Amino acid sequence: MVNLSTLWHYLALQNPLQAAGNLSSTGLTAQTLPPLPFAYDALEPHISAQIMELHHSKHHAAYVAGLNRALDAHVAAVAAGDVARQIELQRDIRFHGGGHINHSLFWKNLAPPGSREAKAPEEVAPRLVKAIERQWTSLQGFKEEFGRVALGIQGSGWGWLVKEEGSGRLRIVTTKDQDPVVGGDVPVLGVDMWEHAYYLQYLNGKAAYVENIWHVINWKTAEERFVGGIPDEKTEL
Amino acid sequence: MSSTLFRAAPALRGALRASAAPRVGAMASTSFVRNKATLPDLPYDYGALEPYISGRIMELHHSKHHQTYVNGLNSALEAIAEAEAKKDFAKAASLAPLLNFHGGGHLNHSLFWENLAPASREGGGEPDGALKKAIETDFGSFSSFRSQLNAALAGIQGSGWAWLAKDKTAGNLQIVTRANQDPVTGSLVPLLGIDAWEHAYYLQYENRKAEYFDAIWNVVNWKTVAKRFESS
Repeated sequence: MVNLSTLWHYLALQNPLQAAGNLSSTGLTAQTLPPLPFAYDALEPHISAQIMELHHSKHHAAYVAGLNRALDAHVAAVAAGDVARQIELQRDIRFHGGGHINHSLFWKNLAPPGSREAKAPEEVAPRLVKAIERQWTSLQGFKEEFGRVALGIQGSGWGWLVKEEGSGRLRIVTTKDQDPVVGGDVPVLGVDMWEHAYYLQYLNGKAAYVENIWHVINWKTAEERFVGGIPDEKTEL
Repeated sequence: MSSTLFRAAPALRGALRASAAPRVGAMASTSFVRNKATLPDLPYDYGALEPYISGRIMELHHSKHHQTYVNGLNSALEAIAEAEAKKDFAKAASLAPLLNFHGGGHLNHSLFWENLAPASREGGGEPDGALKKAIETDFGSFSSFRSQLNAALAGIQGSGWAWLAKDKTAGNLQIVTRANQDPVTGSLVPLLGIDAWEHAYYLQYENRKAEYFDAIWNVVNWKTVAKRFESS
């Protein structure tokens, strides 16, 4: 599968493309919806099967379709030398591309509540847990701070635990709408704070959603991202 | 508008204080705030907009979401007044985003409820008179206006609102969108707002938001829109 930074690099080198109309005519592969690494009902009772099915098969699928549409249009705009159109399309690429990246990361940092990945962070994520304890005194202290930050989002967005490249320091950050974590930060784990992520089950009680999400966090994935850094994380897509 | 949205309500003030999360100094700080925002009553029953907007959505939307904005606005005003009293203007300025978010949420929802009416009463149909004429002048036709507003709603990337507004400077009508709870302000007068937050439709329409944007026209109260247009 083509990852987004490769695609951008390719587009930059090929400008202007000859007679290109869409992704496939340039030899690029369209983005596809990744399968969930578990069944839709696997996160019950903390996230209902109905939420998971809509979230994956409808919402995430719509971001993938929107991204492919925007990339197709971008390829055509590059081929036509239409710079204004290329700039206009950045908004859609950012939104749908961000939606695709964020959800792809999110599914992988979730796991069924009974699993070792979710139940035993100290065992499956020893280095990350140690780093978290250094920074927030305890895992519980970190969870509370993450909840406080995530609940402060005004509108749609995401809460993230990120690792700064270089320093390796952990930080809790939020991104608005579907903005992805970019730059030097490695997204270690993300929590979707859009209403569609919890509303059918939690209604306006989003604090309860943020509390319960810890029952289904995949600490093994988080450890791999924490230890592996940016290159490994980017190839996950 | 401010007279209806903000009124002194001693009984409610007490209730708000009691229901607010316990905070050190809350009793002392309330003395800074003279006028509290209060949740306006809906001008119809929760179930009155069915089948276009379910009673369950309306109840949560009004009694929970709007109430949270009212509480948040009062807390922000109180905290700003406290900071002001201490001449801590940096602190007061840092509270501006909270004031914008909760104050905007309160204003937007208050306007929204009045924009709606049961389909069996004033809801639905088309505007008439001067408003109809202005819509035709600025958008070509009523149906073109409708599809332009629906396209604006569909184009919102995240939470937000789409509005029909009158530009007092230019003198014409415009369709504008606002992110999150940003209110329509300045030279623009909000006439008709549609809430595009997921909580406004998700329990009934799930991810099919285009269906919600189509359905809501059946419960638009054009009388309210015309009244706002004429007094703007």
